[in-house]
Amino acid sequence: MEFWVTQTFNGISYGALLFLLASGLTLIFGVMRIVNLAHGSYFLVGGYMGLTTVWRTGNFPLALFSGSLAVALIGIGMERMFLRRLKNQVLAQVLMTMGFALIFQDLALLIWGGDPYTIPVPRLLSGSFRLSLVVFPIYRLFIILAAAAVGIVLWLFLEKTRAGATIRAAVDDGEMAQGVGINVPAVSMGVFALGAFLAALGGVVGGGFIGVYPGVDFEVLPYAFVVVIVGGLGSLPGAIVGSLLVGLLDNFGKALFPELSYFTLFAPMAVILALRPTGLFGKV
Amino acid sequence: MTGGRRRTLGLLAVGALLLALPPFLSAYPLTLLTQGLIYAIFAMSLDLLLGYTGLASLGHAAYFGVAAYVVAIMTTMHHAGFWTCLVLALIAASLVSAIFGLVAIRAVGVYFLMITLALGMVVWGLAFRWVSLTQGDNGISGVPRPRLGPWSFAHQTAFYYLTLATFLVALGLLLLVVRSPYGMSLRGIRESEGRMRSLGYNVWLHKYLVFILAATFAGLAGFLWAYYNGFVSPVEVQLITSVETLLMVALGGPGTLVGPAVGAGVIVFLKNFVSLYTKRWLLILGGVYIGVILFAPQGLMGALRTGHHQNRKTLGWPKRAERGGPW
Amino acid sequence: MTQVPALSLTDLSKAFGGLRAVKGVALCVAPGERRALIGPNGAGKTTLFNLISGELAPSAGRISLFGQDVTSLPSHRRAALGLARTFQITNLFSSLTVLENLLMAVQALERTKLMLLRPVSSYPHLFARARAILESVGLSDKEGDVVKNLSHGEQRQMEIAMALAGRPRLLLLDEPTAGLSLAESRLMTELLKELDSEITLLIIEHDMDVAFALTDRVTALHNGSVIADGHRDEVKANPLVREIYLGSA
Repeated sequence: MEFWVTQTFNGISYGALLFLLASGLTLIFGVMRIVNLAHGSYFLVGGYMGLTTVWRTGNFPLALFSGSLAVALIGIGMERMFLRRLKNQVLAQVLMTMGFALIFQDLALLIWGGDPYTIPVPRLLSGSFRLSLVVFPIYRLFIILAAAAVGIVLWLFLEKTRAGATIRAAVDDGEMAQGVGINVPAVSMGVFALGAFLAALGGVVGGGFIGVYPGVDFEVLPYAFVVVIVGGLGSLPGAIVGSLLVGLLDNFGKALFPELSYFTLFAPMAVILALRPTGLFGKV
Repeated sequence: MTGGRRRTLGLLAVGALLLALPPFLSAYPLTLLTQGLIYAIFAMSLDLLLGYTGLASLGHAAYFGVAAYVVAIMTTMHHAGFWTCLVLALIAASLVSAIFGLVAIRAVGVYFLMITLALGMVVWGLAFRWVSLTQGDNGISGVPRPRLGPWSFAHQTAFYYLTLATFLVALGLLLLVVRSPYGMSLRGIRESEGRMRSLGYNVWLHKYLVFILAATFAGLAGFLWAYYNGFVSPVEVQLITSVETLLMVALGGPGTLVGPAVGAGVIVFLKNFVSLYTKRWLLILGGVYIGVILFAPQGLMGALRTGHHQNRKTLGWPKRAERGGPW
Repeated sequence: MTQVPALSLTDLSKAFGGLRAVKGVALCVAPGERRALIGPNGAGKTTLFNLISGELAPSAGRISLFGQDVTSLPSHRRAALGLARTFQITNLFSSLTVLENLLMAVQALERTKLMLLRPVSSYPHLFARARAILESVGLSDKEGDVVKNLSHGEQRQMEIAMALAGRPRLLLLDEPTAGLSLAESRLMTELLKELDSEITLLIIEHDMDVAFALTDRVTALHNGSVIADGHRDEVKANPLVREIYLGSA
């Protein structure tokens, strides 16, 4: 019994982390149809910047925002100067963003070296609590709460504000949106910045838990893509369901079938895609 | 067509060098050349899929890796011979792609990219985690050089010529395919699936077949790689390998076969050579990725053909994901 | 109709979410007939074509080609039954040459299309047929030109040529004179007049002169439904049709 509870909890917390990464990605995909292989790099760089902030100031909340903000700016730069001209050219996007990913990876290596680090988290968030027979690390709970908070804020933003409505319109039908006067390039840039911000936030949050190290960018990237594709491009509910699904499948897979764990994760994904190529919540 | 004749002469010259030079080369350049030829086969196989049919796959390394693992496992654990390994490796690659193709070919554009990514990750995951079979992260080492009857290919020069022969066979077969009626249909699919369908082509079938064909040739490359490297690990099937092969095709010029082969040579050379002089070779490689898109979207072959590069030109295949019929 | 109709649509409907583009259309075209499909923009004409050719699946209703129910048949199988179409927005293989485009069309229904190991050039009959079609539409001297370099009028001619390659029994022409000048329209009309009389034609046209020059029966569509169907003089005189055409442009 404890096993199932623990694994479920772990799966949910990992899914929560993925949600931070995937929520921005799905919006980017939805509005701009851009394939960005550097999305994992935002996670990486965000994590490292958060690390440095904590080292220098010891302030964890500051780290959360400084890292994310910095990466958001990098994201804007990438979008405006490089990606904007590659609209609809899927292969070019793949290659160019891959180039950036490698550059970010190498610069990170140069600046922070090759050793893995974990972001020191405040006393408040470390340790664990006990519920009957099961022990839960507090930090994992923090991740779940953080992701839930972000999810709620995003939902409110998308559903209840005008800016959110413009984004939803652009996701639904970019041409139409442009036709009714929505400044799609500005929306694209904003969404891209938001996506990068969230990915970096994920990196800082994840930094206290899975750590920050060279290679984490390409480790989380496929997961993020799978969540987005399975959930459906541009769909926030899809990102929520997808992240939970992936988090749970990954955890249970690793716990129950360690040798086949990636298979148990990606194979159901492939099957879902075979049946519904646009994802669970995607528009057909 | 002096442009074409010049190119043929150039290629013949390169071919002559490839044939005649090696006995005079020292070990290191020779291994680089061998590696380049192996990746050339891999890149050409992807060109069939990408350059000719317009299908960008982010998981092509899966078939390369499956074949390499088959060789590694069969030689180290079952002491299988050259021909056995060849047959099994090719069968494995085509079988895996036949299964994956059923899932992937229905999708187009970005979705195809993502499904192939996921499928590539399935193979990577198995390579990484199925430790009892693949030794996981440690990889399988000790793959011996092949023997063909009384001849051993342990010596670097001998193995080089084996690789060159395989490359020429692969090139020859691929040239036949792209010049055949089937090959022509692939270009039609790249240009306009909708038109092909309305003309009477079973587009799904043609795409499915090219998927398997491309995977089989990738498997051929993987087969050689296992022998060349003596060591096979999950690196062979990781996402980065698939993306790098896309770069080779884009750099060389999609839809030309020879272009991607050259692109492969350039990237192999770059990676190995540059890393001798600086630790920042990843940075430079990243720069190459970006540079190709910005300055040579038609690849090297395209640049040679037009004499100068064309700014902001697309990479030649249909941009918007084309929705085929409802079936 | 005593003979098997070339095309028979029964209660055909297509809805996109809430938008009903085609509503319960019934249509019957006899073999060898020339029928014009007219209607204002948005009437559902191209959607109807897409349903007939198989690009779209209907929400309801049935489609028959020469007596055979093709409602659930994919596009390429319908082509094998003798259906061909042209597109309103030119849909050619733009980076290939004129000859290559025709070769592609000519081999579409032949077994050679799956031949892997012999070069295309070893099948001379494909080239002969491709050239013959180019000759019949007057594009022989352009065979080596890359299609995207052709003029708009020549590309529209190519559309017809491509559709003829498979020896169709039923030809759907979607606005063949779209974007053509007056002179080019006349040439196109002449070309279409010379088509084999055995081929059944269904033509979407906005240009009434062209429509009535090529056909004698007309079906008028409005908001996805058939509002008139019969001989062109009848339809021309139909008050509803007049209202729609005098009311709009």
